[in-house]
Amino acid sequence: MARIENAKSVNEWLDQRIGLNTLKKVMQTEYWIPKNINFLWAMGMVLAATFGLLTISGIFLLMYYQPHVDHAFDSVNYLIMTEVGYGWLWRHIHGIGASLVFLIIYIHMFVGIYYGSYKKGRELIWISGMLLFVLFSAEAFSGYMLPWGQMSYWAGMVITNLFAGGSLEAVGLVEWIRGDYVPAQAFLTRFFMLHVFLLPLVIIGAIVFHFGTLRIPHVNNQDGEDFDYEEHAELYKAGKVKESKVIPFSPVFLSKDVFVMGVYFILFFYLVFYHFNFAMDPVNFDPANGLNTPAHIYPEWYFLWSYEILRPFPTDPGLVAFAIAQVIFFMLPFLDRSPNVAPANRRGLFHIWFWVMLVDLLVLTVMGKLPPEGIWNVIGFWAAIVFFALWIALPFITKAEKKL
Amino acid sequence: MNKELKIFGVVAFFTLLLYWGVEPFAHGQMHKHVDFNNFVYDGKADIAAAPADKKEAKETFWKEVGEISKLKGDPVAGEATYAMCTGCHMEGAPNMGGVIPPVLDNAGAIYDKNYLIALIKDPAMASNVDHKYADTMTHPMGSIKSMVSQPQDIANVVAYLKEKKAGAVTPKQAYEQACGRCHANRYVNWTQLGTVPKTEKNLATGIDVDALKFKQAVAEEQALVADYMGKLPPDLSIIIRARSHHFLETIVENPQSQLAGTAMPRVGLNEQGFEKVMEYLEVSGDPSKVARDALGPWVIGFFVLFTILAYLWKSSLWRDLH
Repeated sequence: MARIENAKSVNEWLDQRIGLNTLKKVMQTEYWIPKNINFLWAMGMVLAATFGLLTISGIFLLMYYQPHVDHAFDSVNYLIMTEVGYGWLWRHIHGIGASLVFLIIYIHMFVGIYYGSYKKGRELIWISGMLLFVLFSAEAFSGYMLPWGQMSYWAGMVITNLFAGGSLEAVGLVEWIRGDYVPAQAFLTRFFMLHVFLLPLVIIGAIVFHFGTLRIPHVNNQDGEDFDYEEHAELYKAGKVKESKVIPFSPVFLSKDVFVMGVYFILFFYLVFYHFNFAMDPVNFDPANGLNTPAHIYPEWYFLWSYEILRPFPTDPGLVAFAIAQVIFFMLPFLDRSPNVAPANRRGLFHIWFWVMLVDLLVLTVMGKLPPEGIWNVIGFWAAIVFFALWIALPFITKAEKKL
Repeated sequence: MNKELKIFGVVAFFTLLLYWGVEPFAHGQMHKHVDFNNFVYDGKADIAAAPADKKEAKETFWKEVGEISKLKGDPVAGEATYAMCTGCHMEGAPNMGGVIPPVLDNAGAIYDKNYLIALIKDPAMASNVDHKYADTMTHPMGSIKSMVSQPQDIANVVAYLKEKKAGAVTPKQAYEQACGRCHANRYVNWTQLGTVPKTEKNLATGIDVDALKFKQAVAEEQALVADYMGKLPPDLSIIIRARSHHFLETIVENPQSQLAGTAMPRVGLNEQGFEKVMEYLEVSGDPSKVARDALGPWVIGFFVLFTILAYLWKSSLWRDLH
């Protein structure tokens, strides 16, 4: 039994019951972050803030959205956009947020790859992060179904068809996923449930886990330097802040995060008010119509690179390639055989690997949107080959890397 | 600080490259190029796209249209001839041969002069849907060819329309007259039969009989239009979100240019008519524009201020760290 005495303040009252002061220390003032960082270290909090915006805007949209094949389209495009006060604002925030959250996730990922932040005890940070990427992808896809426009319907058709497994012809599985022969009411309602309940719930759990995995191996720094956190924490607490290599999460690290968030929000709301069409595909403003396939079906930009890995190959190899591409990033900490935790520019061949991979994903992304014809097909095919060649080469070039 | 700006430059560069690749570049490649003729109706595109056996007929037709256009029309004489038109072109006209004849109250204001001449001369040719009437089917307005056949008569009627039916026109009128007999617009309660009337439900049964009757009438009208056009023309409530401005101006100018073989007739809007229609489509398809423009600067201004304060806070905490 804890020592409960007459508390002189709310703070003390809470401290006696939930250890508030200890909690504050552990989570904020004595949660140590390296000082040698740049603004890219703020992407985690930027992501958390974007997830917050998505949740809040989502709650408001949820109050008016109608998950019915006859009403979904108009509840989004008419009810929310016209009759609900500031409904358009919530929708634009939700749409822009869904697009930007992936931009920041990709930046966050490539920062991790560049600085080697997935190695030597940080494997679980990477893996839980990749798990979040997959969960966000599922969340984005399920949300994309809800306006029930042409792109919702046909993207739903195409993606669920993948589960037939090509020559396996597992149509039974596809029908089970859809709850019908084609995307219809059962399909819409279950993706609605996934989008507003199950997936967000799992995402929140995964975010907590992701934060948890940071605690013991600590956040990486710009030089991949390994130092004694306890020692530097003591230095900081003793007032020797210049000598100390660490800063407390709150308020020092947070103050920089908040500044970066501010810059990000300027961009975010500029897009919300003046430049939102890229996040809301024009094709999805035609109501779902199972009798009329759009001329071009393509996913949102953040899925394009993996779509392009599926597309240039025949059905079965394409599906295998696609499946591998979905999970290969999980394997990064184990395929990188180098002991060095250092920024890529100090790692010889890996430096080249990094930029080729980045450019290759960009090329795949652009090709994924273009019609699969002529030269685009050829470029897409070779970019997909390069993608796999890079992963095959990774263990060898990192094994050969000199120890720093 | 310099290093951070350099890193920011790299991130911004790749982000913009990505944006350019998946938006302007990809969309530029995806949609075929269609020339826009600035709402000048000279038949150039029609002749170019016509099959070999129709080329000559189209050339002759549009040449004659050009000649009639040079005649000086007499609006007074035109009014007398126009009396023949009002038998069909009147308020509350029924469906005739697949479509309800449009009211012409603003025809002079929203339609192009050359197009009107062409339309009276040969409706199927003018609207570039002559391919539809190859067999025994005739254009619903086909009889005009025998009713007003002399070039001077045509010039007179058009002169009358341009002088007496060219008053101020609202966006709503432009849409209803030019598009609204085929294209419903449910977000502003427009149907092929006009605006949905206000009705009341029977309190005892909870059923609105008049609304049901209207719905049935609309459904029947839609069936006639669909039968005539091959399919029900799409509702245009949010077409301005679904199609680009360029797509809309070119499909309005010449539907065949964007949808080869379509049954949609060219309606011959002039620039003013098109702008009015677009204004109306914005009312139904993008009603939050005014609110966005009003609120945007405040929200962005707030975040600029927020960022400045955050920077000062950060600077004060980090000043002594290095």
